[in-house]
Amino acid sequence: MQATRRSKLVRNEGLTGYLYILPWIIGFLAFSAFPILDSLYLSFNHWDIYQPPHWVGLANYRLLFRDPLFYKSLEVTLTYSAMYIPLSLVLGLLISLMLNLKIKGIGIFRTLFYLPSVISGVAVSMLWMWIFNKDYGLINYLLSLVGIKGPDWLNNPHWIVPVYVIMGLWGVGGSAVLFLGGLQNIPKHLYEAAQIDGASVWQRFWKITLPQLTPTIFFLLLTGIVGSFQVFTSAYVINGRGAGGPDNAGLFYMLYLFNQAFQQYNMGYASAMAWIGGLISMILAVIVYRTQNKWVYYEADLSNKGGRS
Amino acid sequence: MGTPSSILTTDEPIHPVNRSTRRTRTFVARLVVYLAMIVLSLAVLIPFIWMISTSLKSSSTMWSFPPKWIPKPFEWKNYSQAFHEVPLARYFGNTMIIEFFVILGQVLSCTLIAYGFSRFRFRGREVLFMIVLATMLIPQQVTMIPMFEMFKWLGWINTYLPLTVPSYFGNPFYIFMMRQFLQTIPLDLDEAAKIDGANSFQTLWRIIVPLLRSSIMIVIVFTFTDVYNDFMGPLIYLDDPNKFTLAVGLENFVSGFGTEWNLLMAGSTVALLPLLILYYFAQKQLIGGIASMGLKG
Repeated sequence: MQATRRSKLVRNEGLTGYLYILPWIIGFLAFSAFPILDSLYLSFNHWDIYQPPHWVGLANYRLLFRDPLFYKSLEVTLTYSAMYIPLSLVLGLLISLMLNLKIKGIGIFRTLFYLPSVISGVAVSMLWMWIFNKDYGLINYLLSLVGIKGPDWLNNPHWIVPVYVIMGLWGVGGSAVLFLGGLQNIPKHLYEAAQIDGASVWQRFWKITLPQLTPTIFFLLLTGIVGSFQVFTSAYVINGRGAGGPDNAGLFYMLYLFNQAFQQYNMGYASAMAWIGGLISMILAVIVYRTQNKWVYYEADLSNKGGRS
Repeated sequence: MGTPSSILTTDEPIHPVNRSTRRTRTFVARLVVYLAMIVLSLAVLIPFIWMISTSLKSSSTMWSFPPKWIPKPFEWKNYSQAFHEVPLARYFGNTMIIEFFVILGQVLSCTLIAYGFSRFRFRGREVLFMIVLATMLIPQQVTMIPMFEMFKWLGWINTYLPLTVPSYFGNPFYIFMMRQFLQTIPLDLDEAAKIDGANSFQTLWRIIVPLLRSSIMIVIVFTFTDVYNDFMGPLIYLDDPNKFTLAVGLENFVSGFGTEWNLLMAGSTVALLPLLILYYFAQKQLIGGIASMGLKG
């Protein structure tokens, strides 16, 4: 009797649990699982939103792999991540080291550096357009003070991606605060032990701080890769209603996808693009994920390696 | 903060060096750090100052080179003109309506779901939670078009429903964060409430929710900024200019008044003001929330 009562209790508990997570289950089916499958289905269809979709087999993919703009948008996106991700990691880490100091006014600096990562979107894109204006913008004015004639940033195919990188780095305080969280989680005894062993500041940084921050670096790498495939608002606003910019040098992947879907109404083609883009970012993420055993340290490992040796 | 010293702080050395050299070294290190931080602060702040300065310049002084930081005279009417050229107040109101319903949905759903995941044992719980985490990595581009198709089929285009309804089904990021926090709350509290005859919902409402207050604040603040900055959603789903949000309305402003930078900057300043105010009040929560996101694997 005892046993049946207990199993009934457990069953009740399970049922209540399911009830609480029911919204998520419904949401997952409606807004994740179904869209993913539907997106795959749509990628084999022609659909202009007015007529119902009709099956065209691999035609969208064949077109896609012959589309120079597809390759261009991929190139823009990957160039951006190759520049932005390493720079934001280094800068974010450096800033977090400073923000971790116990000095006067540190609260003000923490607040200040984090501010830009809260405000993104259209207003900020407008601001940067003005800052990078070739004749009256702030950047070229500052460059002129040191005798450099600044380029026409927004209309020069060589400079447009670096402009997005600079805009992105303005918000690097976001990653700095993540690093700060990581820094504050490093057990103090590791440093004490190292000090007893006479480790120098640099040794302490390379042997303790950096390894302990690898989970944060790992996280930022993953989100950075996924994130660069999502760059949209700034590209849409700065290129002017979703054009590609000079020589399509500002045609980010998401922007091209959006244009195909919601300006040309090539929904099937855009779905194929979504799948290919999704796969590429997924593959990159998996590569990073697979390498994590080699360089990401988690706490479990450290309890053995750390401590006093 | 009770945290380990970073590489630059000078703790009590185990092998004492010459005391005065140490002091000079500390002083120089601090000076360098302060200088670096001041330079970086300027890099953060100058764009804002530049924006406000431009927003107060007349159309003629705006084009002077080298630019003047302090406008002469202050053209306050740029602001009234910006409000006149585009219905900024209406856009703001529309944005706030969406904000209200999304925040409500996000707080309700994420609290319930996180509670379910942390307090009840049920078959497949771990697998389901792994799926929650995995959905964080689904690129938006993959789901965007099918969602549009679905909302179109439901007749929701040009309403706020596509922008608000999904928030009632939980956000993986917040579910994860709240569950992390819930697992630090001792189960004894729940047991005690149960003995007093409370059912699980009463326990959630009376015991857990008050303890979750700071997590809920983080969800509110993060959701607010996300919704406020969202551009693609309203761009896809809204056609009627009367329904535009601030983001979409501002973009229209750029394409309509592309060269009147003083008006554009006045509009941007107005648009950023609510976020800056929110940031002023919530920065502790925001920064603390991000820092404690628990990236411990």
